[in-house]
Order: sequence, then C-alpha cells, then structure tokens
Amino acid sequence: MTQNRRSFIAWLQAAPMMLVFAAFFLLPLLFVVIVSAWDYNEYEMVPAFSLRGYTDTFEGCVVDLPELCTILKTYLKTLEMCVLTWGLTLLIGFTVAYFLAFHIRSRTWQIVLTLICTIPFWTSNVIRMIAWIPLLGRNGLVNKGLQGMGLIQQPLEWLLFSEFSVVLALVHLFTLFMVVPIFNSMIRIDKRLIEAAYDAGASGWQTLVNIVIPLAKPGIVIGSIFVITIVMGDFVTVGVMGGQQIASAGKIIETRLNALQFPAAAANAVILLGITILIISSLTRIVDIRKEL
Amino acid sequence: MGEKRPRSFYFLALFFVAYVLFLYGPMFAIYILSFQGPDGGLTFPMNGVSLVWFERVFSGGGIVNIGAAFKRSLELGFVVMVLTVLLSVSAGMAFRKPFRGATVLFYVAIASLIMPSIITSLGIGLEFRLLDDFINGLGVEGWTTAMGLFTSGLGAHLTWTLPFGLLIMFAIFNRFDGRLEEAARDLGATPWQTFRHVVLPIILPSVVGIGLFGFTLSWDELARSSQAIGSVNTLPLELQGLTTTVTKPDIYALGTLTSAVSFLVIFTALIVILVLQARQRRQGSDAGKGMV
Repeated sequence: MTQNRRSFIAWLQAAPMMLVFAAFFLLPLLFVVIVSAWDYNEYEMVPAFSLRGYTDTFEGCVVDLPELCTILKTYLKTLEMCVLTWGLTLLIGFTVAYFLAFHIRSRTWQIVLTLICTIPFWTSNVIRMIAWIPLLGRNGLVNKGLQGMGLIQQPLEWLLFSEFSVVLALVHLFTLFMVVPIFNSMIRIDKRLIEAAYDAGASGWQTLVNIVIPLAKPGIVIGSIFVITIVMGDFVTVGVMGGQQIASAGKIIETRLNALQFPAAAANAVILLGITILIISSLTRIVDIRKEL
Repeated sequence: MGEKRPRSFYFLALFFVAYVLFLYGPMFAIYILSFQGPDGGLTFPMNGVSLVWFERVFSGGGIVNIGAAFKRSLELGFVVMVLTVLLSVSAGMAFRKPFRGATVLFYVAIASLIMPSIITSLGIGLEFRLLDDFINGLGVEGWTTAMGLFTSGLGAHLTWTLPFGLLIMFAIFNRFDGRLEEAARDLGATPWQTFRHVVLPIILPSVVGIGLFGFTLSWDELARSSQAIGSVNTLPLELQGLTTTVTKPDIYALGTLTSAVSFLVIFTALIVILVLQARQRRQGSDAGKGMV
C-alpha cells in the first residue's frame, strides 16, 4: 500500500513535465507525420490523403539519373558539413576535455576553466554568428591582415557567406557539446589505471589510444549525437553564415514553410527525422546513455 | 603540486588558450565595434568612439520596435525560467522512486533535447494551426488564433529547457546522500518538511543553475520559436531578421545589449551559487533552521 502510494505521488510529481512534453513535443510530432500525407494548394493545406509532399520532394530523382536530384544533392551537402563539423568538434573537444580532466589538478580551477568554456553557450547564437562579420568580411581583419602582409592581392571572398564560414560557425557554437560529455567521462577514469600503464612501459600515445579513448567512448558518443543532430537540422547557422545562399536539410523545410507548403515541409521533416533516428540508433548501439549520467 | 609539469601540459595549455580566444575573440570584436563612431562601418578600424548606435537602438531609429521585442523576450524568459525550475525539481524528485512511465519520460526528454529544432517548431506550428481551424469550424465568433508568445511560444521553449533541467536534477541526485532524508523521517518530519528543510537547502545551488539554463536558453532561443511564435517576434528572431538587412553597426549595439543581459544573468546566478555554497560549508546543512 505505501509502495503504491509513493509511486503514485512520484507519478504526480512527474505529471506536469509529462503533460508539457505530450502537448508540445509528442502531439506536434504526430501532426507532422499526419500532415506530411496531406494534400496542399498554393496557400493552404488540404486534409485529404496525398503523397504529393513526398513526390514533390523527390521530383526528378529517377528521371534525371545519373544526375543527382536537388534533394539528394542537398542531403549530401548537409552530410558533408555534418562530417566536417563532427570531426573538428571532436578533435577540439577531446583535446580541451583531456587538458581539463588530466592536466588541471585542482578542482576549483577545473570548475573555473569549464565555466569559461560554458559562458558563451549561455549567450546568443545569432550574436556569436554575426561576430564573425568584422573578422571575415571583405574588409575584415583577416583580409586586411593578409593584404597588409602582401600574401594576397584581392580580398578572399570565400571567408564569409560560404561553406567555410558555416562550418567555422558551427564548430564555434557547438564544440562545447563535445567538451562537456567527454570531460564527464574522463574525470571518472581511475587515475591509477594511467599510472599503471606508464609503469608497464606504455608511451603517452599508447596510453591515450588503449586506455583513455576507450574509457571516454561514452562521452564521445553522446557528444557526437548532440553535434550530428544539431547540424543535420540546422537552418539558422546555414542561413546567416551562408548568406541565405546555401541549401541544407533544415533549410529546405524552412523554404517550404515560407511558401506555406505545410505538407511538403512536414514530408521533409519526416525524412530528416528518419535519417536522424538512423544515425542516433546506430550510435546508441555503442553505448547506453542512461548509465552515463 | 611542486611536481614538474610534463611537456605535453604546455602544449595543451596553449591549445586551450587558443580555444578560449576562438570562443571569445569574435564576441569581443562586436562589443568593441558597437561603440563605433557615427561614420564608422561594420568592420575595423574604429572611426572614432561614440554611443550613436546605442541611441539609435533605444530611439528605435532604423530598427522596428526593438524595445517591445526586448520586453517580450524578458517576460518569456522569466516565465520559462520559473516553470523550468518548478517542473524539473518536481520531476527530479519523482525519478528517485519507481513510477509508471519513468523510462518513457526519460527517453522523451532526451528525444526532445536532440530533436532537430525545426521539426519541433514545425510540429507546434501545425498543431496550433489545426487547433485554430477546429475552433473556427465550431463557428466561434471573432476567433483569431491560439498561437502566441505564452502558448505555443512558451511550449516551444520548454521543450528545449526542460531536458536540461531534468538532466541537472539527475546529476544532483546521483550524488545525493539519501540517508539525510531517512534521518529527517526518523525524527518525525513530514515529506514536505523533509523536502523544504533538508533536500531543498542542499540542492539549492544547483536549482539556481537550472534557473540560469532556463532563462538564458529561452532568452537566446531562435530555431524552435521560428514557426511557433505567431505574429509577434522575440528578440533573437528580430536579430536574425536584421542580419540580412542592416549594414550599420546598430546591429552590434543591439548584440552588445542582448549579451549584457545574458552576462548580467549569468554572473548574478554564479554569485548566488557561490554564496549558497559558501554558506553550506560554513553552517553545514540548513536542515531544521526554519523550524526553530
């Protein structure tokens, strides 16, 4: 009886959060799936079954072979940016986390330095994006500097509003999502293991590859899930840093929405969702997230 | 200490410093440029120093009704912060006992966290559009829309802030000594007294942290709001709109002001957390103080 009562109270305590997720997350997802199979005209959606959202999206994919159709090209581009961002955030995030976890010995300094890395995360992403304009623009510091040194004659045009600036901004914004989980895995590694490896004659590199990386794997996987899902669905960074000229998986949805083609937008969202779930489920097969908190 | 640092330390320290410069350098560039002189442009060099661009933001010159967006975002951020704290602490307490749907709620929260924001936003937008159609279908006179800052917008923000709140609660309770509560119970405390006088004082610094996440994430939220906010815009949405049209440093001035609010909230929260922790160290737990 008391057991039942305690569990009922727990359920009541969790109920408000459940309600919010039901109303603003699960139900909306359901509507996305339903509406993706609706018909539409120039200005509104029509609640009648139709796969036009999907067929419009894949238009030309068979006819134009062997040329790639727009949607496939866009997804390939998105994946390319995703892999680049993932690789860079992993490399930088791992190195920063390693430094914080193994080289900073005092707990206070660890907290202070982690906070220094975290504070930008609490400030606006848009501002952190436009902050690159004075540096990378045609008359920005980088171009001025390079011209001053006589390395280039004309300003480099690809620095801003290009794929380069998109990936740069993504790395700038989201490396923290790698640092935190990897750091979290690393501080749990028993330091004696590393000493034992050194005593057994392992080089620094061997210790890193055979001990630290395998034990930090959960953090690496969690960080990767964050970064990959963010980049796959991103449309703000691609929009602002790409000068609204670069297409991405998220950007297609936004474009369809601006054209009020809701079923087509929803169909694209379902496709994006499917691909994201595929990536995550293959990553979670490597690690059980819940055990790692 | 006193032990000699390996060479790799200096290399990694240099890397870390470079990373911090990479994080903060660009931000500080626009903070400086927002004080650009009246004839200055979007890039260095500074053409004199002035407050012209801040005046323009405040007077609304060149930028449409930024004051109203500023106020809206502040209000929404505050409401999101309060709800995030209340719902997260409550759910966090729940997860310490077994209950039906615990696993589902956990995975839903994680899914909400990593769901591409455009999908969540689109879904909420569709939900409210269909709701409007439904109400109009009922023939309600003068109905416009249910979509708004404190309905769909609030919901969209909560799908982003609540998972962070819940994860922080998990982190707290993984390190929490449950015997403290048992002791309180043995001394005859009711569940509410146990929470109020034993648990809450101990977790309070982290709860402030949840509030910090709640406000700042809402204050800067953009992707999830984009389709779910209705006819009025939040500050980040206005800012994003300006990136394509503004060619003068007033956008930097606005950025500096927005960041100033963020920094104010961040440092206030951090100071409160430090003070609370110092008090805990000095007095031990506050348990029971309220009942004397």
